[in-house]
Formats: sequence, C-alpha cells, structure tokens
Amino acid sequence: MEEIKPQLIKITFDGIEVEVEPGTTIMQAARKIAEADESQGYLVPPAMCYYKPLPTSGGKCRACLVRVAAGSAKDPRPMPKLVPSCITQVQEGMIVENTTNDAVLDTRKSIVEFLLINHPLDCPVCDQAGECHLQDFSFEHGSAKTRYEEERRTFEKIDIGPFVQLHMTRCILCYRCVYTADQITNKRVHGVMNRGDASEISTYIEKAIDNDFSGNVIDVCPVGALTDKTYRFKSRVWFSKPVDAHCDCEKCSGKVTLWYRGDEVIRVTARKNIWGEVNEFICNTCRFERKKTSDWTIEGPTKVKRSSVISANKYRKDLIAKPDFALKLAATQFKPIDDEREYTTDIETVRHQSIENNDKANHRSLLPQNNN
Amino acid sequence: MAKKILTEHINVPGIETFEVYRKQGGYTAVEKAIKTMTPEEVVEEAKKSGIRGRGGAGFPMGMKWGFLAKPEGVPRYLVCNADESEPGTFKDHHLMKCIPHLLIEGMIVSSFALGANKSFIYVRGELMYVIRILEKAIEEAKANGFLGKNILGSGYDLELVVQPGGGAYICGEETALLESLEGKRGNPRNKPPFPAVKGLYQSPTVVNNVESISNMPWVINNGGDAYAAIGIGRSTGTKLISASGHIQKPGVYEIELGVSVDEFLNSDEYCGGIRKGHHLKALVAGGSSVPILPAHLITKTAAGEDRLMSYESLSDGGFATGTMLGSGGFIVFDETACIVRNTWNFSRFYHHESCGQCSPCREGTGWMEKVLHRIEHGHGSMHDIDLLVDVAKKIEGNTICPLGDAAAWPVASAIRHFRDEFEWHITNPHEASQPGAVFMGAVLA
Ligand SMILES: Cc1cc2nc3c(=O)[nH]c(=O)nc-3n(C[C@H](O)[C@H](O)[C@H](O)COP(=O)(O)O)c2cc1C
Ligand code: SF4
Ligand code: SF4
Ligand code: FES
Repeated sequence: MEEIKPQLIKITFDGIEVEVEPGTTIMQAARKIAEADESQGYLVPPAMCYYKPLPTSGGKCRACLVRVAAGSAKDPRPMPKLVPSCITQVQEGMIVENTTNDAVLDTRKSIVEFLLINHPLDCPVCDQAGECHLQDFSFEHGSAKTRYEEERRTFEKIDIGPFVQLHMTRCILCYRCVYTADQITNKRVHGVMNRGDASEISTYIEKAIDNDFSGNVIDVCPVGALTDKTYRFKSRVWFSKPVDAHCDCEKCSGKVTLWYRGDEVIRVTARKNIWGEVNEFICNTCRFERKKTSDWTIEGPTKVKRSSVISANKYRKDLIAKPDFALKLAATQFKPIDDEREYTTDIETVRHQSIENNDKANHRSLLPQNNN
Repeated sequence: MAKKILTEHINVPGIETFEVYRKQGGYTAVEKAIKTMTPEEVVEEAKKSGIRGRGGAGFPMGMKWGFLAKPEGVPRYLVCNADESEPGTFKDHHLMKCIPHLLIEGMIVSSFALGANKSFIYVRGELMYVIRILEKAIEEAKANGFLGKNILGSGYDLELVVQPGGGAYICGEETALLESLEGKRGNPRNKPPFPAVKGLYQSPTVVNNVESISNMPWVINNGGDAYAAIGIGRSTGTKLISASGHIQKPGVYEIELGVSVDEFLNSDEYCGGIRKGHHLKALVAGGSSVPILPAHLITKTAAGEDRLMSYESLSDGGFATGTMLGSGGFIVFDETACIVRNTWNFSRFYHHESCGQCSPCREGTGWMEKVLHRIEHGHGSMHDIDLLVDVAKKIEGNTICPLGDAAAWPVASAIRHFRDEFEWHITNPHEASQPGAVFMGAVLA
C-alpha cells in the first residue's frame, strides 16, 4: 500500500534550510535541526512556558520570540513584530532569524531580566538548582548585572498538601502546572488567582492538591516553585545519580528515573527528553511511595549532557581531575556571559563584585522612606 | 450645529422607553434591513460607510465583518464590547444609560448582517444599573416583535444576552472578553487565530464596541454613502468624545470627525476652554493608553498645520510628535498638573490591570510603577529616566495583547515631551515631593 505523505514545507531558520510537516511550529522546526545535528543545539529558541506534551501551552513567557524576516514564499513581507516561535506555524518559504538577529537577542536579554527582577535568587537553598530552566536561561541569555533596585515581590505562604511544596516567589507563571492539572488529572483544584504581578498559583481556600497524577506538576515546573516534599533538602541534584528504571504499575507506564544518593533512592521523577520535557507522565505511587531499589527493575544510567552540572563529579573523573577542565568546559559550552566587570581570580574582588550586585538590590528596600 | 447621529434624540424625555424611541423613528432600520435587504447588502452598507471601530484601534468595521469565516453548520456570534474601563473614557456608559434602544437596534441589524442568532452585550460589571436598563429594553423589543423568534415574520431569530463583566480592565480586550464570556479567567488569547475565525466557543465571532454598533441604525436608514459623506477623509462619521480634566465643561460630546482640536477645546459648543485663569499644559487625546501631547503640539501639528479631531491628524507625526484618537477619552491638563505624578498614576493603573500572563507586561508594568513612584516621591536618580525609557521599549510590541503597549506609551511619551520635569523631580527631590508641587518650567528655572 502506498502511503500518502503530506507535502513538506521548507523554511530557513538562521540560514539553515529545514523541511517540516505542515502545522509544525517554528520552535519544532528549529528543534528538528538540532536533533539532526547536535552541534546546532544553540540555535533553538529557549522555552520557558511552552511544553510539547501539554497542548495549548506556550505563548506566554516570550522567551522564544524570533523575527520572521519573510512570512512565506507567497507573501515575503517581514512580520511587523517579533513572534513567539513556540506557537507560530511555519509557512512555505518562511525565513526566520533567531541567533542571527541582534534585536531578538536583545529582547531575549530583557525577558531574562523581567523574569528575574522579582525572583528571590535563592538558588543556594532551592531544590531545583542544577536542573532549573531559569538558571540555564539567565546563564545563556541574560546579563550578570541587575538594574532592579526595588523591593522584590513576596506572597503569603500556602500549604498545598503533603507531597508538593509551593514556593510562589520562584514562580514564573508559565501556566504549565495548570495545564498539567487540566489535561492529565481528573480534577484540577489549583490555578492562577489574582492578576498582574500579584498573580499566584494557588488552590481555592488552601485546598490540598490530592490526585493520582498531581505529582507531575513538579516535573513540568521549570523552576523551584513546585518541588517534591519527600525530597526536600535531601541533596543537591549534582550529588545524586540518575538511573532509568521501570516497574509494573497499574496506573501509569512505570517508566521513571531514580535519583540515587549512595545506595538510597532519594527521588523518583518521570523521564525527560533532551528539551527537558516529560516523556510519559507518572503516577503519585511511583513518584512518592516506591523509594526502594527492590520496587524497580533497573535499566542503567540516565544519559546526561556533559555540560550539565548533574554529570559533574560522576562521569569522566579523569577529565575532571585536570585543573583547567572546568574553565575549558565553560569556554566551549557557553557563549561569553554578558558581564563587563573585570575578570579576576582574586577571591576578595570576586566576593566584592557579587555582594555589590545584591547590595544594590537590597539597599533601596532597606531605606526607611521605601518602607512606609 | 454639527451633525448628530447618536445623540440627536438623547435628550427627548422618555427616550429610554420603547414607545418614545419608536416614535422618534426607532427600529425603522430593523424593518428596513430585515424586510428589504439581504445580510450581504447590510455588510456592504457598513463597508461603504467607512466607519472605523470606536473601541480604540480604529479598524474599519465593514472590513472586519467581511473577514468573518462562514463554515457550514457552525454558529456565528456578534459580541458587543461594553466593558468600557479605559481611564478617561465614559461615552458607552452615557449612550447605554440614556438611549439603550439605539444599541439594541444596532445589535439586531448587525446580528442580521452577520447571520448571528445569539448575540451578547458584555457590560462592565460595575454598571449593574445599566445592565438592568438594557435588559428592560430587550424585554420591550421582544414584546414588540423586534427580538426573539421569527422577527417581523421574516423567519430570522435572534436572542440577545446581557452579560455582566468580570470587573477587570483587561476583560475589555476582545479575546480576554471572549474568555470571560465563556466563564473562564479573562486572559487574552494569542492571535492568530483571530476571533473572526475562532472566537466565542471556537466559533467565528465579531467583537465591536457599543458606539460602533450604535451607528448602524443610521447607516441602514440613510445609507453607507451618506455616512461616509460626514467627517473627513478616512475618518468618516461622528465620534463621541469623553472630555474631562481642567476644562470649563466636561462631558460627552458628539463631534463630526474633522473639527479642529482648537474648536473642540475652546468653543462653547464643546469644552468651553481651559478653566478660568489657567492655561493648557498637556493633552491625552484618546484615553489613558495613548501618548500624551505637550501644549505646543495640541492645536497644531509639528508641521504647523491645524490639528484636527480625526484618526489621521491626531496621529500626524507618529509617536514623535503625534498621538492617537483611541477611544476618544479627551483628558486636558492645565499648568497645575504634575506630569510625573500623572504618569505614575497611569502606570499604577496598568500595573494593577495587567493580567499577568506574559513576562514583559507582568513584570515591566510593576517595575515602571515603582520607579515612577520613587521619582515622584523624591527618591529618583538620573539613570532612572533612561531605565524607564528602556523598560517601556522592551515591553512594547513583545506582549500577547496591546495592554503592554498601552502601559509603555504613556511613560515613553511623558519622558519624550516632559523630560525636564522628570529631571526637576530628581534634582529637587524635597520640593518635588511636597503635596501639590508642580514643575513650572522656564519660570522657575
Ligand atoms: C487592554 C484593552 C482594553 C480594551 N478595552 C476596551 C473596552 O473597554 N471597550 C471597547 O470597546 N474596546 C476595548 N478594547 C479594544 C478591543 O480589544 C477591540 O479592539 C474592540 O472592542 C473592537 O471593537 P471596534 O472595532 O468596534 O472598536 C480594549 C483593548 C485592550 C487591549
Ligand atoms: S508553579 Fe511552576 S509550573 Fe506552575 S506556573 Fe509557576 S513556574 Fe509554571
Ligand atoms: S500584555 Fe499584559 S494584559 Fe496583555 S496578555 Fe500580556 S500580561 Fe496580560
Ligand atoms: S516558550 Fe514561547 S512564549 Fe514561552
């Protein structure tokens, strides 16, 4: 039998031609380029709200804005504004500029800034640190300095149940957890309350989130706003070792990643693809209750990118032993960070530089006239 | 007296009742459209009239109607945007309160033109009494056979639903309005798809402002060409202007598009001039979202021509030296108004009203408000001014809906035209933070 293939659409993304199926978004086209050639990974626009497994997600954070220099072969006019690549569909002959366009990069830098101005920057005590998309996003696209001198926004703490810890100050309002609850649990009991920068993820009248699949909100959350209470403060992710495993589960696929510290399973998560998206959502029993090696059939170590901090201290010990390895790695993996401050290895100066940045932010809010 | 289309009968006693409205020639447009015209012919008249949307964006109404998708077996909807919440704009409120049947009649002919059998009027939630007035008018129209099943024996059915709004400015943005109407949180949608293709309940939908729709009875009765003959150039017809601020006679005025700003501001027929003993300092011509203009660019354009009350003339010079007609919220400031304080006030509004979906608007509006608050209260520094300009620039054009732009424009334009006043606040923090302190420009400097 002959298969009828849909006519492919050809677009040019940062000068690279790629053919995709009709209905594909610019983001997916860019990912296709990177999936074919890993070295092109840096071309792919960052996604802070879009999450492929969750239909209708995306379009909110504006991290993925790109310029469309030609709309299509038929109508080659440029689009007047930058467009969100995660939800904009490709047209035959479309020409897209991402890393090749300064306006795009400049706007992206300001998106980092917007997401960080009210962020607590409490990475040292945040369980997400090391696998946080906001850390990656700001490291890759942001500036090392802040222009924000105002007081940061805070929220009343609320308890959303025994399994999931909510840190609203860290939330970037990507709505992924809302879509997750909408789409994969049988009843959503949390959502966005209030408006503007007072918007918060909340349950109505502090109701506990309790549902067989509710734990998945932890995996979809790009930041440390929703974390696993059973894993809280147990370890830094880079001290734990991910291992793929499965079990015979009547509720979900049972395919998970176990996070070991020594011989102990300290955390169970769903497996994620190279874009940080969950492959298959898992149930709460697997996530929160199966914490013994004997509950699982081990498949082998999870593949972790060498650039990831999770691989540090574990793999290629021979390389890590070399004194300049870290610097070389940083130099090859990341584009130069935007920081005009003088480069130095003098500990005192470095300490001073980093304190200065924080002080500037804290200084204003400590002034008495700003506290009335 | 200038031509009146919407407010001609507004002062007739009892005009809010069906009988009086009917006696003044009301509902003849429904009879004419439904009995003698096809829906396509009604759309054609709207196109010929050249009328542009009165909700703010000024998009040609007939063209919008022409874009409506018409897939088989899918209902189409007309939704009237009566959420009017833009600071400085209060014309729709006036119209619905005084002459509700005009909107009802407009809704019937417009729904007929679009082939909608169920149409909605989404009214700002705070205006419960207006909602009751509209509901009463709908009952009367129904009792007289102009609404409901088989209108005037034509076989055309129409149900009109009045929906109280969610109580947020953002619910006036058309896609947020549709979300809210569906019973959801009023978050604007990403476009495309546009409402004309996927609107209310994913069906093709037209959203129009109260004033836009209220013009339709006249257009049907007198023809699109007659409407297009009023006004100037591509600014056809009349426009309601909500005039407020430091003028002799604040109120809602119907003007023929194309009268000069000078005449509107100073003649006794309209605003009656600046209040006694004071002089003009600045103008926000189209509601709080549009760029503010300094005195020397109000009655004359940068090119030295008379500035007219029209879409084109007000935007002459782009944002460098022009502004927008917007929703017609005409806010006048005399020399006692502090521009920094006013900008902070507007900024506070947008900060409060951002829905919070997209990062630039959610975070940027709050940032700008805090910086402006500091400057106004004597804690600013010079680099704050450039910071504001930059933050405004980073919000503009990068958001889901135009609220982001609306938050950025007042700040950017105030700094563009009144930078010295911002600097004065920073260099004279003590003086500037006194209640009622105002920069007197060259007089003090
Ligand atoms: C934040 C925001 C608020 C708005 N509020 C209103 C409103 O209160 N009333 C209105 O008619 N249009 C409002 N609009 C414009 C609508 O989105 C839409 O353009 C208009 O209702 C279309 O009708 P028109 O073509 O007849 O003007 C608003 C737009 C934005 C971005
Ligand atoms: S809690 Fe996490 S997933 Fe939910 S909106 Fe906030 S950042 Fe997104
Ligand atoms: S621009 Fe502001 S109001 Fe509009 S969708 Fe974005 S956050 Fe909401
Ligand atoms: S990833 Fe596209 S807007 Fe958030």
